[in-house]
Amino acid sequence: MVDADIGLRNLDIVLGLESRVKHHLLDVLEERASLDEALVPGKHSESLFLLAAAQSREKDEVETSKMKALILSLRERFDYVLIDCPAGIELGFRNAVAGADEAIVICTPEVAAVRDVDRVVGLLGNRFRPQLVINRLRPNLVKKGKMLSVEDVNAILRLPLLGVIADEPEIIVTTNRGEPLALRKDTPTGAAYHAIAARVAGEDVPAPMPAAAKVTILERVGTLFGGKRA
Amino acid sequence: MIEFLKKFFGHSGSSATAKERLRLVLMTDHLELAPELIEAMKRDLVDVISRHVEVDRDKIEVNFERQDSALAMLANIPILSVNRPNAGPTLVPVESVQSPTAANSAPPRVRKRRKRAAKKAPATGAAAPASAAAN
Repeated sequence: MVDADIGLRNLDIVLGLESRVKHHLLDVLEERASLDEALVPGKHSESLFLLAAAQSREKDEVETSKMKALILSLRERFDYVLIDCPAGIELGFRNAVAGADEAIVICTPEVAAVRDVDRVVGLLGNRFRPQLVINRLRPNLVKKGKMLSVEDVNAILRLPLLGVIADEPEIIVTTNRGEPLALRKDTPTGAAYHAIAARVAGEDVPAPMPAAAKVTILERVGTLFGGKRA
Repeated sequence: MIEFLKKFFGHSGSSATAKERLRLVLMTDHLELAPELIEAMKRDLVDVISRHVEVDRDKIEVNFERQDSALAMLANIPILSVNRPNAGPTLVPVESVQSPTAANSAPPRVRKRRKRAAKKAPATGAAAPASAAAN
């Protein structure tokens, strides 16, 4: 896993590896550290390694050709190289996608995100056929017509749907602890992440759809009298 | 019944608004990002119109305008002359039958047309003056 968001390192803290990072991506590119020294083994998985982003530098300091070469050398060592692409469409983005041969775009069901994803897909061009993950979906809001549904988003973006992740409070709680919910296959959200991973690996498994929570009659009556909500 | 009342009073979901806004903004984005598409449309428009009248190719303007729930294409195509007097009257569409008189009296004149995504769009001001002038 490569954190290509130079200057804004955060995959290490999400994965609970922040205290183990000794070298970063730019150290490798500028030959201050070897790839072996910089790759941080995952806490919960023996097959996952993290290459952290530099924190004190800027995105524009990386040469596209060097970044591409780095990804190529990682490809020789691993089955999958996941590159976490920085937001924006500047050099940092171009560097991050330079060595990739597949793209996964993540979109929340909000107008700003859908528009940005549409633009990014345009920039990725013909070299990629991006797949879509819809993140932070709130099925209850969708049911009430207050949030764009999976179908709404994809009627606009028209991309192969890789998976849908619900906006679960549990994600925040587990991320606080540095133990990604994605690893907990027993939870619905964890299972959704696993299905995405399986589909990336080419397995023919369905993408589970988050279901709206059942509302009891009492709650429904409460909503009725609770007035309208935006 | 409650659902009906809610809809009636305009409290239906905001996701429909989101969808509609996105649809329009992305159309505009895509047009802005594809100047070659606009050039191609310009060329085709001119080719069609040139079958009937001579137009000033250098002074053609094409713009896009938001009109409530639709995106309209506004083309401003100056006509230099009507140069096909031998075209049989049976083949000439109504529009160009009307234009010779006006065009002869005041060349070069400006003609506008509009099209695209006009999902029950109200008759725009662009089309109205053109036909009024022709009469």
